[in-house]
Amino acid sequence: MRIRTAGVIAASMLCLAGVAACGDSKDNDTKGGSAPSAAAAGGELVIWADDKRSAALKPFAEKFGKENGVTVKVQAISKDQQTTFLTASQQGSGPDVMVGAHDWIGNLVQNGAIDPVQLTAEQKSGIAENAIKAVTFNGQTYGVPYATENLGLIRNTDLAPAAPATIEDLVTAGKKLKAEKKVSEILCLQVGQNGDAYHSYPLYTSAGGYLFGTTANGDYDPKDLGVGKPESVAAFKKLAALGEKGDGALKRSISDQNSIATFTGKKCAYLVSGPWAVTDVKKANIKYDITAVPGFAGGKPATPFLGVQTFYVAAKGKNKALAQEFVTNYVTTPDLAVALYNAEPRPPALTAALDQVKGADADLEKWVAAGKNAVPLPAIPAMAAIWDPFGKAESAVIGGADPEKTITAAGKTISSQIK
Amino acid sequence: MTTQLGGSASRALPATDPGRGSEPAHRKERSVSAFGLAVKIVLLGLLVSFSVWAAFPLIAGEHWVGLGILVAATALLLYAYLTPRHIPAKYLLPGTVFLVIFQLFPVLYTASTAFTNFGDGHRGSKQDAVVAIQTASVTQVPGSTEYALSIATTGDPATGPIVFLITDPASKKVSVGDGFGLKELPAGDVTVTSSGKVTAARGYTVLNVGQASARSKEITEFVVPTAGGAIRSTGLSRAYEGKAGRVYDAATDSIRDTTSGKVWKADESLGAFVASDGEKLAQGWKVNVGFANFTRALTDDSISGPFLGTLVWNFVFAICSTGFTFLLGMFIAVALHSSRVRFRNLYRILLVLPYAMPSFAMLLVWRDMFNTDFGLINNLLGIHTNWFGGAMTARIAVILVQLWLGYPYMFLVCTGALQAIPGELVDATKVDGASPWKGFRAVTLPLLMIALTPLLISSFAFNFNNFNAIWLTTEGAPFPADNLTNGATDLLITYTYRLAFGASGAQYGFAAAISIFIFLIVAVVSTISFRRTRHQEEVYS
Repeated sequence: MRIRTAGVIAASMLCLAGVAACGDSKDNDTKGGSAPSAAAAGGELVIWADDKRSAALKPFAEKFGKENGVTVKVQAISKDQQTTFLTASQQGSGPDVMVGAHDWIGNLVQNGAIDPVQLTAEQKSGIAENAIKAVTFNGQTYGVPYATENLGLIRNTDLAPAAPATIEDLVTAGKKLKAEKKVSEILCLQVGQNGDAYHSYPLYTSAGGYLFGTTANGDYDPKDLGVGKPESVAAFKKLAALGEKGDGALKRSISDQNSIATFTGKKCAYLVSGPWAVTDVKKANIKYDITAVPGFAGGKPATPFLGVQTFYVAAKGKNKALAQEFVTNYVTTPDLAVALYNAEPRPPALTAALDQVKGADADLEKWVAAGKNAVPLPAIPAMAAIWDPFGKAESAVIGGADPEKTITAAGKTISSQIK
Repeated sequence: MTTQLGGSASRALPATDPGRGSEPAHRKERSVSAFGLAVKIVLLGLLVSFSVWAAFPLIAGEHWVGLGILVAATALLLYAYLTPRHIPAKYLLPGTVFLVIFQLFPVLYTASTAFTNFGDGHRGSKQDAVVAIQTASVTQVPGSTEYALSIATTGDPATGPIVFLITDPASKKVSVGDGFGLKELPAGDVTVTSSGKVTAARGYTVLNVGQASARSKEITEFVVPTAGGAIRSTGLSRAYEGKAGRVYDAATDSIRDTTSGKVWKADESLGAFVASDGEKLAQGWKVNVGFANFTRALTDDSISGPFLGTLVWNFVFAICSTGFTFLLGMFIAVALHSSRVRFRNLYRILLVLPYAMPSFAMLLVWRDMFNTDFGLINNLLGIHTNWFGGAMTARIAVILVQLWLGYPYMFLVCTGALQAIPGELVDATKVDGASPWKGFRAVTLPLLMIALTPLLISSFAFNFNNFNAIWLTTEGAPFPADNLTNGATDLLITYTYRLAFGASGAQYGFAAAISIFIFLIVAVVSTISFRRTRHQEEVYS
């Protein structure tokens, strides 16, 4: 028995030695192989983006790598990019460069996950002004924008040849089409069972509501919450009039799942959506036009949110100097912005890139025009507290709940969560 | 090597099995044993190599407790399998190890998180927060020059001390910056491109991008002090004169704003820097908050208020989901158990179909079928009910969906259990003159329940926390107008999820505290039910 035990120990040790030797030899390989070639010695740059963008980024990342003698890896993160990035950063396994929406900034900054970038005045002037404003937080620029997006009104020109000047015009025209049995819905604006703050925001602002006031330097002020104020109650009363107990233009049965499909199925003549909807609309062979979301007659202009897709430098990246070099000096070139535009047709934030592609795509300028009034999505962490209660209040009011009671409760919920 | 081991193994054989003398059987035994030995060697070898592999990061991170646990666990495992003693331990250890890793550790981790403020704004250490605050406050000195930058060294490209060669874009004058300050270089000593980058300088080795990026960390941290602030790099080709707006003072443990002079003092109980006027800096750190998360769950009105209602509905949901699926499944199983039914197998296959579909997709399909205007159900029945709009209809809808998703499972297990009940028992009831219903009540059902009660309890526990069933259909809707955090179909788990991740960013500590409450509730219910099952078994057996 003793011999057997000894045998097992000896064999296990041999196995271990073998594994260890393997490990060693691998190490030696990389060390030995890399020392003379600068490419591998330069370390690597890891970029995270969503599926579509990472595919578009890959050739450019490789080009950047080759030109500079470094390895660039683009990794696709298909879900929950912000949370994945935060958790990975915390563990030290995050990327050097992150691609994502600008309204993450507040949360990423409070978690120390991104670093500010320093752009020259010349670089800044080459980027759309409102895009730069969107990535500016507490006086610092926290990323390089490459594309913008905002809501607009997509109209089936066969059914509705003329663009409505006001929501009232839209409702009248929609009701007429419905009476003629040409459509079954007046307007496709996604609400859903739990509401949708993003899509209802243009109407809310046109009716006089606001989310946050602004401080002296133009930043959003979380202490001045507009939800629950008399203006917001008045605005929600106007939304209620468009709702299920009123005109029936806003309905809970139209949700993120079916709003675009209902429009492409020609069941409604008007769709409130963004550039991402155009691919489907084109596929359905619908003649369309894009205009700004109309406001209420005699109301304020309808201001949609402006979302800005941004390159961030990760604060806990392993190769920050190279990440800054890539983000500030490479992302600001038009070639990359054009490639990303080809991956998904959103207006490039880089003026030079927009000029390059707008000739081939007439929609781009229409989207930019529809977003003329757009305000950047608030990037302050307090915004996280808005989405859920605001959406639910909207859905309840559209379903016929008392606007005053509902919106006051929403305001209370939100302010208790903003600390 | 193998022959020697095989020899030692075969030597033991005659002693254990002297009766079997035939040569082929002997050889078979021997080869199995040698194979077993080989498996053992490989597994233990893998174990040791895994431990060695895991030890390096632990040593590098100076996690001595973790290292101690690793060494002790490895030693224990080797001891158990390399000595002939402790036979029961050999069987118990693998299960125990996996239990600790996959069950005990997550539970303990959740429990320990429940006592912290871990969440957005409080993810890292204080050191991380200080670095983040200082880095975020560095701004370009107003009106200062933006320089073109080349990174160089006086020594070896990989290890030599780093210097910045910066070019003023207007005058094309090149200066060298080290840890002490800037010094202008004579124009004859340097070669400058039109963009201002220095390609060569006497006495310095200019690093290429690859060489420089290999030393990324040093470059990012390298600053050249100047009168107004410090020259810092932006990437590898530009530099600017920046100034930190906020600095940390270790002596007073506070952050000071260099322009306004405002001071934020560290508050270790909150994990944040707080100013005298109560203003908190956004970047905080993780601290132990004791029972604060638990007391918040119990005392915060917006959380504890709707808790009881949600709890009651949670029980109703779990009991109805389990009970109705069981009744329907059992009814069909009994109906199809009779040998008089033709095409029994075809029916059985068709009935199992819903079970074979991914519930994830099915839940989404059902949600769309309940849509007021476009849903199949309203169109089919010719009604216009907003199913998810009213509390009662929404609750009925989610239970209906659960019934559809869950009955095939109950049908399957009932069919299996029915087939295990001896036919003679049922026949005996007929001989005794009992009606079929009475026979079912008195014989079949009790025998079924013995086999099925544990499954019903586990099904209850599963449905009690059936997150997908609610989140993918109603998301908790409808919400009463005066309380937007707690919907009519919310289970405790969806309600917790919204509290923890929905509203004001991720609050992992608080969510962990709530999940401990849920764990306690499910544990109590399960314990009571299992105890009752034991009584039941005693009665029937």
